[in-house]
Amino acid sequence: MVDMTELSKMHGSEAAASRMKKRHLAELRLKAYGMIAIFLAGAALVTLLSSVFSNARFALTETYITTEVFLDPAEIDPQGTNDPEVIGQASYNRIIRDLFREMFPTVTSRSERRELNDLYSNGSVFELRDTVLANPDLVGQTLDFRFIASDVTDLYLKGDFGTLDVIETDAPITLSFLGDGVVSITADRDIFTTELALVRRDLARLAERRLEEASRQEAGVVEFTRRANAATDAEVRDQNLALAEQRAAARDALEAEAADLIRRSNDPNGFEPVLESNPSGFLQVNGGWLKLTAVGTNTAEARTIIPMTEEIAQPATYQYLINETPPAARPISDNKIVWIEWLQEQGKVDSVFNWRFFTAADSRDPELAGVWGAAVGSFWTLLVTFSLAFPVGVLAAIYLEEFAPKNWFTDLIEVNINNLAAVPSIVFGLLGLSVFITFFGLPRSAPIAGGVTLALMTLPTIIIAARASIKAVPPSIRDAALGLGASRLQTSFHHVLPLAMPGILTGTIIGMAQALGETAPLILIGMVAFIVDVPTGITDPATVLPVQVFRWSDFPERAFEARTAAAIVVLLAFLILMNAIAVFLRKRFERRW
Amino acid sequence: MLYLSAITIALLSIVFFALSRNKAIASAGGSLAQLHSRPAYHGTYSLLWTLIVGFVLLLGVGIGWAELQQANLMAQIANALPDAPRIAHQLVLNDARAIADGRVASTTGPLREEIALLYASGESTRIWTTAFLAIAGAGAAGFLTLRKIDIHWRARNRSERMIAIILLGCAVVAILTTVGIVLALVGTTLDFFANIGWNVHKFLFGIHWSPLSGVSQGQLDPDRVGAIPLFAGTFMITIIAMLVAVPVGLFAAIYLSDFASNRTRAWAKPLLEVLAGVPTVVYGFFAAITVAPFVRDTGASLGLATSSSSALAAGMVMGIMIIPFISSLSDDVINSVPQSLRDGSYGLGATKAETIRQVVLPAALPGIVSAVLLGISRAVGETMIVVMAAGQGANLTWNPLEAVTTVTVQIVMLYTGDTDLQTASGPVFALGFTLFCVTLVLNFIALRIVRRYREMYD
Repeated sequence: MVDMTELSKMHGSEAAASRMKKRHLAELRLKAYGMIAIFLAGAALVTLLSSVFSNARFALTETYITTEVFLDPAEIDPQGTNDPEVIGQASYNRIIRDLFREMFPTVTSRSERRELNDLYSNGSVFELRDTVLANPDLVGQTLDFRFIASDVTDLYLKGDFGTLDVIETDAPITLSFLGDGVVSITADRDIFTTELALVRRDLARLAERRLEEASRQEAGVVEFTRRANAATDAEVRDQNLALAEQRAAARDALEAEAADLIRRSNDPNGFEPVLESNPSGFLQVNGGWLKLTAVGTNTAEARTIIPMTEEIAQPATYQYLINETPPAARPISDNKIVWIEWLQEQGKVDSVFNWRFFTAADSRDPELAGVWGAAVGSFWTLLVTFSLAFPVGVLAAIYLEEFAPKNWFTDLIEVNINNLAAVPSIVFGLLGLSVFITFFGLPRSAPIAGGVTLALMTLPTIIIAARASIKAVPPSIRDAALGLGASRLQTSFHHVLPLAMPGILTGTIIGMAQALGETAPLILIGMVAFIVDVPTGITDPATVLPVQVFRWSDFPERAFEARTAAAIVVLLAFLILMNAIAVFLRKRFERRW
Repeated sequence: MLYLSAITIALLSIVFFALSRNKAIASAGGSLAQLHSRPAYHGTYSLLWTLIVGFVLLLGVGIGWAELQQANLMAQIANALPDAPRIAHQLVLNDARAIADGRVASTTGPLREEIALLYASGESTRIWTTAFLAIAGAGAAGFLTLRKIDIHWRARNRSERMIAIILLGCAVVAILTTVGIVLALVGTTLDFFANIGWNVHKFLFGIHWSPLSGVSQGQLDPDRVGAIPLFAGTFMITIIAMLVAVPVGLFAAIYLSDFASNRTRAWAKPLLEVLAGVPTVVYGFFAAITVAPFVRDTGASLGLATSSSSALAAGMVMGIMIIPFISSLSDDVINSVPQSLRDGSYGLGATKAETIRQVVLPAALPGIVSAVLLGISRAVGETMIVVMAAGQGANLTWNPLEAVTTVTVQIVMLYTGDTDLQTASGPVFALGFTLFCVTLVLNFIALRIVRRYREMYD
C-alpha cells in the first residue's frame, strides 16, 4: 500500500506546484489561442463588411443639376409638325450643350468645352427627350429641368476628390487686371505662404527623387569605370569609358537640377509657379473665381475661371481656398471644380436618394447604372433552379430514405451525391456550357440555362438536407400509418413528408441562397454579357446580381467601385432575408420528437 | 408553340384524371368499397401515363428532329461550300437561322437566304408535327388507361409502382450529373490532346503557358500549353489559404467545443456561419479593393517589391473564406469524440488542455484531416476570389508577393477574353478535367476517412 503522507508530500512539493502552474498556463494558452482565432474570424468579417459599406455609401445619393432650359421650336420641331418622330429625333444633346455653354460664356477652347460636357450625364439627354415626347406641348416653353450630373461631378460633391479648405484670412488685397483673364494679387500680409509651403514641399520631394536618380547614374559610372579598368581590349575599354562619361554627365545634370530645386524649396520668399502636380489654390472674389497659377509670400498670379461681376481692385471681402489633392492625382480638373462650386453657389445642385440605382438596369455610365435588371435576372434564374431542384431533390431524398434497398446501386447514388456536393462550381459551369448550351441548344446567357446549371449544383444540398429531415421523423409515425393499412407510398407522402417539410424547406432556402451567390458557373455559360434590358422571361438574355458585381468591379471608373459595393449590399440583403426566413421556419415549425 | 403543347398536355392529363376518377366511381355503382383501388388512384394512373407519353414524345421527337434537320442543312451547306471549314458552315447556318427568325444576321447572301427558307419551312413542319404527335400520343395514352377501368383494375399498385420508378429516376439524376460532367469534360479534353499531338506530358509538365498564342488554323502549339505555372500558382495560393484557415479554424473549433460558455457559443457560431454564407464574389471584391492594396502598401513600406495582385492577398482572403468550413467540420468531429474518453482522461488527473491535446485531438484526427482535405479541395476549385484578386499572366515563382495565376482563373480568362471559343475550349476543358480529377480524389479520400471514422465511434 502506498504511503499517503509520501504521496501528498510529492504533490505538495515546490516542484509539483511549479509543474502544476506550468500545466495551467498551458491550458490558459490553448484557451487564448481559441479566443484569438474567434477574434480573428470576427475581425475579418467586420473588416469585410465595413469595407463594403464604406464604399457603398458613395452610391447612396445621386446629384442633379437643375436649370432652366428653353425648348427652342426651331431646334426641336422647326416645321411645327408635332410629330413624335420628328420630336424624338431632334438633337437634345445640342440643346443641353448650348445651355451649359451659355452658363459659362468664357469657355471657348475645345478641351474646356469638352470638360464642360462632362459635368452632366449622357442620360440627361435621353431624359429630356423622353420628357418632351411625353408632353409635346412643352416645345417652345422654358422649363426647370433636372439634369443628372455625371459620375465625376457626383463623386466630387461627395468629397471623393479632396475638399476645398477655406484658409482664414482678412488681410486686405489689391487686384490688378493684366488682361486676358490674368490677375495679379498683392496682399498686405503674407497670406499665400500656405500655398507656397505646399509648392515648396513638392519641390523638395522632387529634388529627393532627382537625387535618387542621380545616385543610380553614379552607380552606373562606378560600374562602367570598373569594367573599363578590367578590360584588356582597348575597344571595350573605350566603349565603357564613353558610357561612364555619359552617365556622369547625366548624374551632373540631375544633381544640378536637384540643387536648384532644393534652393527654391528652401527659399521662404520665392515666387513659384503652381503646377498640375501641386495642390490647387483658389480665390473667390467679386463674384468670380480665380485659380492661383504662381504664388509668392504676399503676391500671387491667377487666371480667371468664372469672370467677376465687377472688377473692383480692392475688394472688401474674398475667400481663399485650397484643395490639397493636386489635379494630377484626381480625375477632375480645377476648372470643373470651380464650375461645380459655382453651380452649387447658385443653388442649382441638389442631391437626392439614389432611387435610380434600384430601378435601372445596367449601363456603361456609372451614374445611370442600377441593379434592377440583375435582380430580375436573379429572380428568373432562381425560379428555374427552384422548380427543378426542389421536386427532384425531395423525391430523390424520399427514395433514398424510404424505398432504396441496401445494395451497391444505392451506395453508388450516395457516393455520387456526396461527391457532387464538393465538386467545384466552375466544373458545373463547364457541364452547363457543353451539355445545355452546345448539346441541347438552350439560349446562351438566358436564365433557363443558368437555372438548370444551378439546379444541378444545389441538388446535393437539397437532397442531403431533405434526407436529414426525413430521417428525423420517428419510425412510430410510419409504423402507425402502415398499421392502418397505408401503402409505403401513402405513408411517405401523407405522413412523413408533411412532418419533414419545415426541415426540407429550410435546407432548400439555404441551397437557394447559395445559388443566389454563385458566380463562376454563370460566367461560363455567358451570363456576363452587357444587358441593358430588364429580362421578361426565362429565355431573355439576363445577368444576375453576383455577376453584375463581378462585371462592375472590373470597370475602371471610380464611381463603379461604389456601385459595386452597393450591389453587394443589395445581394447581402437578399441573402439575409432568405436566411432569416429559413431560421424563422426552423424556429416556428420544427418539431423535436 | 411547343410551350403551348406542353401546357395542353398538362391540361389533358388533368382532364383524364377527372374522367378516370369519375368512371371509377360510376363503375363502382354507388358502393365505392367494391373498387380495388380508390377512384383517385385510377385518376392518378391516367394522369401519369398521359403526362409521360406526352412529354417523352414532345422532347424526343422535338430534339431528335431538330438534330436531324440541322445535320441535313449542314450537309446542304457543305455541298454548296465544299472547301470551307466546318466552322464556316456553322456560321452560315447561324446566319440563316437569324434571317428566318427575323433577327439581324452577320452577313446575308443567296445561300443564306436559301438555307433560311429551308430552315423556316422545315422548322414549321417540325413544330406542328411534334405538337400534333405529342398531344395525340398523350390523348391516346389517356384514352387507353380510361378504357381499362373497372372495379377489379389494380390501379393503386400500378400507379404506386410508377411513382416509385419516378422517385428512383430523381435519385439517378445524381449519377447522370456525374456521368454528364465526365463525358462533357473527357470528350473535349481528348480532342485537345489529339490537337497537341498526344503530347500529354507537355500539358502536365510543361512550363510555358500561353495557349492562344501561336495558334495556326486551330492547331495549338504543344510547347505553349504547359500548365505547371498554373498548378504551381494554385498550389501556392492553396497553401497560403490553408496556413490561414487551418490554425484559425481548428483553434476556433477547439475553443467552441470545449472551452466556450453557452453564451459565447450562441454568438460565435452564427458569426462563423455568416462568414460561410458570404458569396465568393464579395470575398473577391474585398480582396481586390481592401486586402491587395493593403498587402502592396505594407510590402512597399518594408521595401519589398509587391505586386498589386499578389498571391498573398488572394490566399489570405481565401483562407478567411475557408475558416468556417474547417471550424464547423472539426467542431462536428471533436464533438463526436465520446464523452467517456474525456472523462477517463479527467479521471487520471489531466487538465482540459492536456485532455484535448493528448486524447481528443488524436481521436478526432482522421476527421480533422478529412476537414482539411475538403478545405483544400474547396481552395483549389475556388474561382471568384482568384479571378478578381490574383494575377492573369502565367508566372512560375515561389515568391508569394508576386502575381501568380491559377487553373480556375485561366478557365474564366480564356472564356471571357477576346478569344475564339472553339480554340479556347480545348485548354479550358483540359484544365477543368484536371481540376475535377484532383478535387474528386481529395473528396473521395476525405469522405472515406469520415465514413470509417464514423463507424469507429457509432
